[in-house]
Amino acid sequence: MSERQTEKKIRVLIAKPGLDGHDVGAKVVVRALADAGFEVIYSGLRKTPEQIAAAARDEDVDVVGLSVLSGSHVPLCRRLRDLLMDAGLGDRLWMVGGNIPEEDRAVLGQLGYRGVFPTSAKLDDIVNFIRENVT
Amino acid sequence: MTVMKNPNTVVNESGIEIKTLYTREDVEASGGIDDSRPGEPPFTRGIHADMYRKRPWTMRQYTGFANAADTNERFHYLIANGQTGLNVAFDLPSQCGYDSDSPEAFGEVGRVGMAVDTLRDFEVAFDGIDLNKITVSLTINGAAAIMIAMYLAMAEKRGFDLANLRGTAQNDILKEFVGRGTWIFPVEPSVKLVADTIEYCAAHAPKYSPVSVCGYHIRESGADPAEEMGYAFAIAKAYTDAALARGLDIDAFAGRLSFNFNIFGNLFEQVAKFRAGRRRWARIILDEYGAKDPKSGWLRMIAGGGGSGLTIEQPENNISRGAYYALIAALSGAQTMALCCYDEAYTIPTPKAQRISLRTMQLLIEEIGLTDTVDPLGGSYYVETLTNQMEEKIVAAMDWVAEQGGMVRAVSEGLIQARVSAQAYAHQRSLEEGTFRKVGVNCYVEEGEERPEVELHGYDEAGSKAQVDALRRVKIERDDHEVEASLDALRTAAQAGDNVMPALMRAVKAYATVGEMTDVMVDVYGRYDEPLRF
Repeated sequence: MSERQTEKKIRVLIAKPGLDGHDVGAKVVVRALADAGFEVIYSGLRKTPEQIAAAARDEDVDVVGLSVLSGSHVPLCRRLRDLLMDAGLGDRLWMVGGNIPEEDRAVLGQLGYRGVFPTSAKLDDIVNFIRENVT
Repeated sequence: MTVMKNPNTVVNESGIEIKTLYTREDVEASGGIDDSRPGEPPFTRGIHADMYRKRPWTMRQYTGFANAADTNERFHYLIANGQTGLNVAFDLPSQCGYDSDSPEAFGEVGRVGMAVDTLRDFEVAFDGIDLNKITVSLTINGAAAIMIAMYLAMAEKRGFDLANLRGTAQNDILKEFVGRGTWIFPVEPSVKLVADTIEYCAAHAPKYSPVSVCGYHIRESGADPAEEMGYAFAIAKAYTDAALARGLDIDAFAGRLSFNFNIFGNLFEQVAKFRAGRRRWARIILDEYGAKDPKSGWLRMIAGGGGSGLTIEQPENNISRGAYYALIAALSGAQTMALCCYDEAYTIPTPKAQRISLRTMQLLIEEIGLTDTVDPLGGSYYVETLTNQMEEKIVAAMDWVAEQGGMVRAVSEGLIQARVSAQAYAHQRSLEEGTFRKVGVNCYVEEGEERPEVELHGYDEAGSKAQVDALRRVKIERDDHEVEASLDALRTAAQAGDNVMPALMRAVKAYATVGEMTDVMVDVYGRYDEPLRF
């Protein structure tokens, strides 16, 4: 663990890109991560990739987690990847959850999203994944 | 779905403890049996005397995808298969007030519903459909005033008499702030727009139902069944108050308010919820608001969906779940049913899945005897007791809203959102801990079971481009001066605080776009800023 991590809590941004209004899951994850002792920032609905990248940079988060239920996860994740790289956040843990077919897991992984949590993922698995992968 | 607190105690989701046996004494102790007949206030047993003997429920599956032409083709397919109403799904840009060629629409055009930019799309979508025979429900909220104007203008152009035109718009913006999320304007102007549509329809399309108040999505967001109904009533009261403040008579519009409720969960709790809800709503409208026409107190409802009850695990189980949910709706006296399809947990329903849902409802009518008699569970000691107890719970949920200063304030401050989302979290935890049993999810899970393949409705780039091209053609053909003038008139009406529906009718007839009309109103009303409270 780096010195920075021993001094402060893991900081997570949970964001809803695009126009998708399904926020039950995102809010449940926010509560689970807060209960696990993380510092959680929730974007609210309908944020552009630009707004999300800016929030990730300004809040200096360790984890960027996206929630997409509309099926637009690949184009949105692709756009956000470029913006996160430009913001110098390529070393942070990127995750995405939602209505995601198994076949997209590889594409998302190649884009740099190390955590992919489709509908029916367990909250504890998400928490543990973050604990294990934020170094 | 029943929560077992310990082996000796059974408590339903609304928090009512269930006894091992119910007798006449239990009914009496809970307030007795309401002996009113169906069709008589307070309508506990049904809003019509003959209910399904006269006409079975309307079957109205949620449909719409890609563009107006594809949607029109699916509509004709469903009607040919015996569907008796249409329930239109719009894509997210249309729902949020963006045109198909706007940057916000990137990757979303036609994805989760039909793309609508101008009146032309409505003309194509409903081509060849007899609007006097097939009633159409528009699942639209943030942009509802615009889409209602488009529907009325389309019907008028095709020669239908607005005085007799039936149909429904969802147009329940308050619940969008709690769940579903397709809001555009801040809370107060949003409620003002709902009142505009109620006022306009009361005068020009008196048989059209401009609002369908939804407990459905609040339940999906985490509320329990009694709260679902209590919160919906609190929302309906907010719209009623706004309409009354315009000087409308309660009887001029209350009978056209309709409702949308969820049906997943414990069968008896759900049936009691609907019986109790009918009685409570009649009391609110007839006693509290003093309506004279008994029909004003009708709780007319679409009961259906059950999306949150369906699981991605062992998805075929959803076919059985859907059958039980349809049974619940039929036992509850719903006017309309829309059943979630077994594949809906992971995709836009396939035609096969839609047909199974439709056949499920038809089985109840043709083979299982659900339309033979009215309120078949009436008189059951258990159901009558639970009806009385559910009514108390519904009232308690309404009281909570009143204590927060009413629904508009509870929503503006994010109070109800925080409460419902905390319940969703607790529910998810109980699912994962296994205290809330879910077949195929936390019990009866087979070793080595594979997660079903999610089939996303592929994004149709060509279809999206075709929609943008069609929009471009409409923009070339339309009269730019009339577009400008009608948008100016809309701005003037909005600034003056007038009813914007006449101006919207003029603008849609000039083929102004959804985005152009929304932008004018955003300039005047502003955009909603989500209160994030946990």
